[in-house]
Amino acid sequence: VTVAELRLPPTLTPLFRDLPRRLDVDAPTVDAAIEELDRAWPGVRDRLCEPGPVLRQHIHVYVDRERAALETPIGAASRVDVIAAISGG
Amino acid sequence: VSRTLLLVGTRKGCFVLESDADRQDWSVRGPYCESWPVYHAVHDAESGAMYAAAASEWHGSAVWRSADLGETWELSSAGLAYGEDGERKVSKVSSLAVAGGRVLVGAEAPGIFESGDGGETWSLLTTLAGQPGSEAWDDPANQPPGHLGISALTTDAADPSRFWAIVQGVGLFETTDFAETWTPRNRGLRADWPREHEEVGFCVHRFVRSPTDPERMYQQNHVGVHRSDDCGHSWVEITDGLPSEFGFAAAAHPHDRDTFYVIPLDPGHARCMPEGQAAVWRTRDAGESWQRLDRGLPQRDAHLGVLRAAMTVDPYDVPGVYFGTSTGQVFASADEGESWRELAGYLPPVWSVEVAVVE
Repeated sequence: VTVAELRLPPTLTPLFRDLPRRLDVDAPTVDAAIEELDRAWPGVRDRLCEPGPVLRQHIHVYVDRERAALETPIGAASRVDVIAAISGG
Repeated sequence: VSRTLLLVGTRKGCFVLESDADRQDWSVRGPYCESWPVYHAVHDAESGAMYAAAASEWHGSAVWRSADLGETWELSSAGLAYGEDGERKVSKVSSLAVAGGRVLVGAEAPGIFESGDGGETWSLLTTLAGQPGSEAWDDPANQPPGHLGISALTTDAADPSRFWAIVQGVGLFETTDFAETWTPRNRGLRADWPREHEEVGFCVHRFVRSPTDPERMYQQNHVGVHRSDDCGHSWVEITDGLPSEFGFAAAAHPHDRDTFYVIPLDPGHARCMPEGQAAVWRTRDAGESWQRLDRGLPQRDAHLGVLRAAMTVDPYDVPGVYFGTSTGQVFASADEGESWRELAGYLPPVWSVEVAVVE
């Protein structure tokens, strides 16, 4: 069992009822973690990924502080950070 | 008692300005849609729903919908994609229209999606494939600034299978069979640049149709204001008398087919009202002559720009006229443009203004 801690950006959580900023996921890859999220909160995948499928250009994911892609494996007790990553006013 | 609602799409969310039938006292509420950039927001008189076409730099494109006149909103992008492979992308949704129980949204890359369930799910209706110009409009090198793709959709109240679409930088197209086939409607328009096709290559900024005479249409083009008396089959230029041939916004009077409004702008880098003096221009004789309307509008140091979807007219007996600026002001006239007042002074940059009257 892989239980990773997933941290979501503050721009995402208001779009889905009761979606927390931090939650545990049991998934072998970033892609599977997003699928798991999407099952509980339909539509989340579309906010993080675009057709390809790939992560959206300005959504950056880090697994244990390393930049990750959809296929990146998640280890037991990994920390996964999802960052809304552009600046501007 | 009638409620008058202005739907204002801005770079940082949708706002709703509200008054009664007198249109003297206004309240402002918002921002809605989580302050996403909102390119266009409309009200569907049939269902009572509001829709907002939005595109977040982080979270992609979606259409927001509200069933309670803008108090609460939800979004969906289910089906708003050209395909799973990602070769052709939806970079934004930029224009909305409703007709016959369907919602249409125009996108960039150019295409139109439809929803038959009030915006919960979407499916691709058309990419106007095969139309002259379509062979080049997906190439980023050919995209005009702003990249709106389908920059406007205009439906026909009498015939839900008929509507018009503007492809930004290419021209106006009409369908009479719900997007099965299309016809370019740009004959007689001016273009001051070489064009590859006879029928397209025109920069139509804003297209409006008279509510009282379906044959009468107007448009503000990149070069000139034009009128059609035959439902867009041919166009004549009516720019003479205006201070600039350039502008974005335009609006048609609800009861008089010969009355039409534009906001001429400096065509250079400024793209603001000339001389720092704010004015709307009106013709009452289908473009034979123009009057400058500026009473109540700032006449000093007012370098205001107004974008293509940011002026509208309400349907009252004495119609109100409204426009929003790219510096966040909303101005209104309750007397057909004779006098003006500022309804809001510090909103985010305004991209669209639409009006709804509900009982």
